[in-house]
Amino acid sequence: MTTTTAPLPAQAGIPQAKFDFIPLLLVAALAIAALPLIGSPSTWLTLTIAGLAMGMIVFIIASGLTLVFGLMDVLNFGHGVFIAIGAFMATTIMTAMGGYAGSDALGANLIAIFAAMLVAMVVAGAVGLAFERVIVRPVYGQHLKQILITMGGLIVGEELIKAIWGPQQIPLPLPQALRGALLLGDAAVEKYRLFAVVIGAIVLIALLFTLNRTKIGLLIRAGVQDREMVESLGYRIRTLFIGVFVAGSALAGLGGVLWGLYQQSVVPQIGAQVNVLIFIVIIIGGLGSTLGCLVGALLVGLMANYTGFLVPKVALFSNIALMVAVLLWRPQGLYPVAGR
Amino acid sequence: MISRLLSHDLPRNRVLAVLLIIIAAGLLLAPFLFPGAKALGVASKIAVFILLVASYDLLLGYTGIVSFAHTMFFGLGAYGVAIASTRLGASWSSVAIGLGGALAISLALSLVIGLFSLRVKAIFFAMITLAVASAFQTLASQMSEFTGGEDGLSFKVPEVLTSGFTLSETPFLGASLDGRLITYYGIVFVVAIAFFALLRIVNSPFGRVLQAIRENDFRAEAIGYRTVVYRTLSNVLAAGFATLAGALLALSLRYNGPDTSLSFEIMLDILLVVVIGGMGTMYGAVLGSALFLIAQNYLQELLKFAATAVGGVPVVSLLLSPDRWLLWLGVLFILSIYYFPTGIVGRLRTGHR
Repeated sequence: MTTTTAPLPAQAGIPQAKFDFIPLLLVAALAIAALPLIGSPSTWLTLTIAGLAMGMIVFIIASGLTLVFGLMDVLNFGHGVFIAIGAFMATTIMTAMGGYAGSDALGANLIAIFAAMLVAMVVAGAVGLAFERVIVRPVYGQHLKQILITMGGLIVGEELIKAIWGPQQIPLPLPQALRGALLLGDAAVEKYRLFAVVIGAIVLIALLFTLNRTKIGLLIRAGVQDREMVESLGYRIRTLFIGVFVAGSALAGLGGVLWGLYQQSVVPQIGAQVNVLIFIVIIIGGLGSTLGCLVGALLVGLMANYTGFLVPKVALFSNIALMVAVLLWRPQGLYPVAGR
Repeated sequence: MISRLLSHDLPRNRVLAVLLIIIAAGLLLAPFLFPGAKALGVASKIAVFILLVASYDLLLGYTGIVSFAHTMFFGLGAYGVAIASTRLGASWSSVAIGLGGALAISLALSLVIGLFSLRVKAIFFAMITLAVASAFQTLASQMSEFTGGEDGLSFKVPEVLTSGFTLSETPFLGASLDGRLITYYGIVFVVAIAFFALLRIVNSPFGRVLQAIRENDFRAEAIGYRTVVYRTLSNVLAAGFATLAGALLALSLRYNGPDTSLSFEIMLDILLVVVIGGMGTMYGAVLGSALFLIAQNYLQELLKFAATAVGGVPVVSLLLSPDRWLLWLGVLFILSIYYFPTGIVGRLRTGHR
């Protein structure tokens, strides 16, 4: 006669969800698969860096949108307004600080860029606060109205930008020290793209730190998983949400500066144009998922650059094709968020 | 008889009924009441818009899905007729080929988009249609060899529809009986038939299922309706009618370009008209389109006047310039979603019951 005793688990730590590596491998696989198609390794390196830079910028812009959706189930079609505001503030600041932006010294250039970024983030954040109050708040929980009304917000914002800065295209030249390319072996890598990758990495690290290592981040992640539970524990998720909305708008403003400098010119329609791109990104990544947003942005950035080089005619549809392929594989996006 | 024609979906309000009769009579008698090419142009645009908006209402108002690709299908119809007429010459067969081809592409495209993205959520569909529509817009301006790029295509229509063709030399009640008049009445006729067909659809058992899905898709699924199938069918039907409207527009303008049929502004116009007219009421499309297109001409004049009146004031004059017409449209749109979610028709029906 044996008494069956349940064997104690050897290690009684906090159970951890298994991390899903496959989507990350997908990015690497895409990059590797492109190598034989492109042929020359130096061209491949140039394109890969360009793709990563574009991906990082798109990630900065889209991260706020996906968090806002995850936390409050609000899809903001007006997110493009903040991008446009960021880019246009950059033109104003860079022109005002022409002495710094035009000088040859890297330090002076960076001061001008960082000043532009700071102002863009502050202004976009402030506009975000107003946008949340006026446009988003009255329509919580009503998807149909949300889509319609934030779309209206995008139109009004774009028209106001046209009224302030004029409807024409405004050049946004790169500062002297960031122009041109570095040679890595045979590969020419544009300096600004490296700069964008670095800024993107800093934002990514800051975001991951906030989300994973701070109390606020814990609450945000918990709120994304189950909003009512967090509320019933006594936290004001509304205040938290406003904070996330403003932060997301500010990040979009920052991304707008980077995107404007990437394109070296700014048009009022920039918001609507980038909107399409970031929607594809957050659909690919899984609505509400930060990591998915990063992977989606990198995939889109790399894909756009590779196909732009290999078959420019279909580059237009490459992102949509990518989205279709991902959704056929995982209908909820790469990293589905529980309960959505 | 009238009740059967309207599929027993009567206006249910006296003011609304009178307004609808006025609009219908106005459209039928427009060439004689308001002579002149411009008035005829506005009238045919109203007719085309009624069909376009009504087909969108099937999607937004009755099924509760937001699509941003409606102008894509509208544009497909217009480009179909324009390209076929340019390539194959002006004849009825090229119009038929253009419309047929455009319809086939539209139906296939809407079926694929629908099956693909309507499985999940309304929000998914909105985003995916936005992405596809913007890609299509870029495609249309890039393939300038076929589409004429940003300039668009001017083309010839079958001879019966041109102003060179006359039925009689003497004008009848102040209107010359030429091909333009035939075009106009052709459009009104097709729009009327299509509109009654749409009324029939939304008042059929199929339409009731669509409304059930709009109210509560989970419950509709639980009762045993495959919501994906119904939503996709609704999407395909709406796309088909929009394509037809596009073809009519191209025939009446004898020109098609991105700004007349594809641009995002038209998408906004459609949204605005559906919301102002009243979502989920086919009559809202009629009332909204007529009011909107008349206001579009009138309001822009008003803005021009206001801008000159405050010419000296720096900020205000910028905001009031006629180029900023879309700004006020957007504000109007937001306000009407806030305060008139049921639109004019909804207001009339609840206010006088």
